[in-house]
Amino acid sequence: MTANPFYQRDLLSSKDIGLNEINLILSTAQKMKATSFAKSLTDKIIAHCFFEPSTRTRLSFEAAALRLGAQNIGFANKDVLSIQKGETLHDTMRMIDEYADLIVIRHPKEGAAALAAQIAKHPVINAGDGANQHPTQALIDLFTIQECQSRIDGLSMALVGDLKFARTIHSFTQLCSLYDVRLYFVSPSSLSLPDALCDDLKKRGLPFSFHHTLEEIIPKVDILYLTRIQQERFNVGDYEWVNSPFTLTTSLLQKAKSNLKILHPLPRVDEIAREVDHTPFAYYFEQASNGVCVRQALLHLILNKVAL
Amino acid sequence: MNDTLSVSAIKNGTVIDHISAGQALRIVHLLSLQNTLHKITIGLHLPSKRLGVKDLIKIENRILTENEANEIVVFSPSATINVIEDFNVTKKFNTYLPSIMKKVFICPNGSCITQTEKVDSHFSIKLYGKQIKLTCFFCDKEFDRDQVKVSI
Repeated sequence: MTANPFYQRDLLSSKDIGLNEINLILSTAQKMKATSFAKSLTDKIIAHCFFEPSTRTRLSFEAAALRLGAQNIGFANKDVLSIQKGETLHDTMRMIDEYADLIVIRHPKEGAAALAAQIAKHPVINAGDGANQHPTQALIDLFTIQECQSRIDGLSMALVGDLKFARTIHSFTQLCSLYDVRLYFVSPSSLSLPDALCDDLKKRGLPFSFHHTLEEIIPKVDILYLTRIQQERFNVGDYEWVNSPFTLTTSLLQKAKSNLKILHPLPRVDEIAREVDHTPFAYYFEQASNGVCVRQALLHLILNKVAL
Repeated sequence: MNDTLSVSAIKNGTVIDHISAGQALRIVHLLSLQNTLHKITIGLHLPSKRLGVKDLIKIENRILTENEANEIVVFSPSATINVIEDFNVTKKFNTYLPSIMKKVFICPNGSCITQTEKVDSHFSIKLYGKQIKLTCFFCDKEFDRDQVKVSI
């Protein structure tokens, strides 16, 4: 039995998590993946509140809850809610808090999860709030890197695409700052990493640099993490202007290190050509599959006094 | 040319002096002075030996609280805040920068949940060298002091 710092705690931002806590989540997820455990949440109800579209996050959270014996309630579309009649997020969350033991929330507005946590007595997990945070995806990314590279410290990683609006990148970069890694940021200049995140990396002394082409960084890195341009965060004209500046093809991978693995939080649009799926570098579908065991670990830790 | 300022002294109240030039009107909004019946004297871009140029506010018959005095530091760390009784300075506030401020500012991030939900704003405040930065508790975005408006 291990002491569990996550019991009844909200998970809103990567900034809320320390290195020892990450290690606890990753080791619990590893146990969840390796063997099937007794269902630890049989008396619990999880509310999955998705105000914004989701495939992997919602289904993997629901699958994780079912695998632990919990029951799911929730919605995948705000159009079915009384929000359409003018109900506030405040009132919606206050009511759902009465029905469930834990709330998973995705919302297009930044800070929605923090507001939900302020309202709810039960723990809240942020499953993505606008362009702000997606901490559970960042934990899945770390778990996947640990799995495919057998380490995190000492790796060189490139983060590519929409670094300004991709919440997965924001959360992942904050977790990376706890490790000894080298980061390469590749994006159009209009979509570069927000200044506040760069300042955090500088304070922690993490080496990083900015680039505009894939060719110059592929031979240097162990992890190539691509993201799509976040179309839903743009005006139409602006999106057309920045769309698809990077497409990874097999020819670009000719100079890659043999241990390179490619990650993507998915969905992809044009960032990775289908031909790349069949190379030994592709690891994004394994990454998506890891969503279940990492989210199982989080649900188990937040709703049980003791860790595994 | 005479550099002295011809502003009459107040008998009772609070004088906020040595305000960083350009910040007086924001302090007026912060203290909701535009809505009071107290007599207010506001000086903008006045000559100052210490600052070169400064703003000044005199509030008749109102004594600020410690909290109000500290909130002024966000707009002007250089400000001196004195209580006046019978034309004499009877108290000088020892102010410090508050670490959080609630219900005072409006988050300028158009994607922040506070733009659509009725919720008390909540900012953490930090000093980086001489720059004051405010971070929204909800959307976690950091702003320069002058980017953030006071809610009226």
